[in-house]
Amino acid sequence: MLTKRIIPCLDIKDGRTVKGVNFTELRDAGDPIELAALYALQGADELVFLDITATVEKRKTLSELVNKIAHKINIPFTVGGGIKTEEDVSVLLQNGADKISINTAAYIDPTIIKSFAKNFGSQCVVLAIDTKCEADGKWYVYLNGGRQKTDTLTTEWAKKAVDLGAGEILLTSMNHDGTKQGFALDITATLSSTLPVPIIASGGGGESAHFYDVFTTGKADAALAASIFHYKELAIPDLKQYLNNKGIPIRL
Amino acid sequence: MNTVIIQYNAGNIQSVLYALERIGMTAVVTDDPTLIQSADKVIFPGVGEASTAMQYLKERNLDVLISELKQPVLGICLGMQLMCRHSEENNTHCLGIFDEQVQKFTTSIPTLKIPQMGWNTICDLKSDLFTSVPENSFAYFVHGYYATLGKHTIAKTDYIQTYSAALQKDNFYGVQFHPEKSALVGEQIIKNFIAL
Repeated sequence: MLTKRIIPCLDIKDGRTVKGVNFTELRDAGDPIELAALYALQGADELVFLDITATVEKRKTLSELVNKIAHKINIPFTVGGGIKTEEDVSVLLQNGADKISINTAAYIDPTIIKSFAKNFGSQCVVLAIDTKCEADGKWYVYLNGGRQKTDTLTTEWAKKAVDLGAGEILLTSMNHDGTKQGFALDITATLSSTLPVPIIASGGGGESAHFYDVFTTGKADAALAASIFHYKELAIPDLKQYLNNKGIPIRL
Repeated sequence: MNTVIIQYNAGNIQSVLYALERIGMTAVVTDDPTLIQSADKVIFPGVGEASTAMQYLKERNLDVLISELKQPVLGICLGMQLMCRHSEENNTHCLGIFDEQVQKFTTSIPTLKIPQMGWNTICDLKSDLFTSVPENSFAYFVHGYYATLGKHTIAKTDYIQTYSAALQKDNFYGVQFHPEKSALVGEQIIKNFIAL
């Protein structure tokens, strides 16, 4: 049976993991490769590396980092952050990334979704959406790391992106991100029930029960989290055992 | 040990090379017929679309060359599908090494996503390719088309229906999943192939 995926996310700046990590067993907690290897060993199903490096010059370090990750990690991984052109994608895939994630650049120029899907295959094109539920009760798309609101409904943008060739949706709820109060179940379930591609839920996972909820009520295919894994508030083996015990199909 | 990875217009070729390097082996990535023919082991990877890939192989006579190889050959994902007789993906006539047909996943259940993407179990394992690989081990799959069950099936997986997770005929092996991305299980399968 196809299993639900647990995906740790590592934020990378200038080739180092940021957002603080708290692993005493690591020699260097800022080394994304060492952290990624540990997660892979613990049973993470995939990994996401999000590059938040500010300057273009330092982005070159990303492809070098991706190459090192690909040599070390034996599970699939996605790379995102600042990807705009076919050349950007080609370099990352050539260096061993399995998928790339695009967000604001795809909103500004949706044709890149189509060209990436045509040239590299839909299976490697992940569309990331930052979304927020406004006072009117509707979910809107936000850009630039959540700093810029649009008037576009998340359901509409997600459908358009899938029609253009996006192979997966990484949905982050800004209302839930950082709260540790659980994932956004309603919008996740809406997208998962109406779109033919897998939905990765992100934002709000604070304890094992939240993951159970997002895989059942939220109908998510995968769930992503960062700090709860980095700070060891929740260990991946414990989380997966919990979900397995509750009857969720999980890779142990 | 001289292992060759066939280079053609399909993705994930580097990933296969890196996977070999992770387990202390190496390989040459090439489309040179002489190097392919003289290799001890040949890996035929692939992510992409069937008709485009077949056209590319035919233009370089690699279709005939692959079919006539005598050493162990491992097709991965699209590579395995291309070793079958026919694919429904753009109605493509393939290499015909395996009799099994490649068909499109179809379902009316909206929560069953197509392509299948993620970890699923492999069972009814019967080949040296699976030495030391327990029944119901997890492997990583990404595919919208599948090979039917048949006499060459050496592993099965369930998604929408039961299909061939792996095929074997004589020196030809094929796996639908990605051993290069299937953690320790995948590494064992690659080691087993190299040890054939």
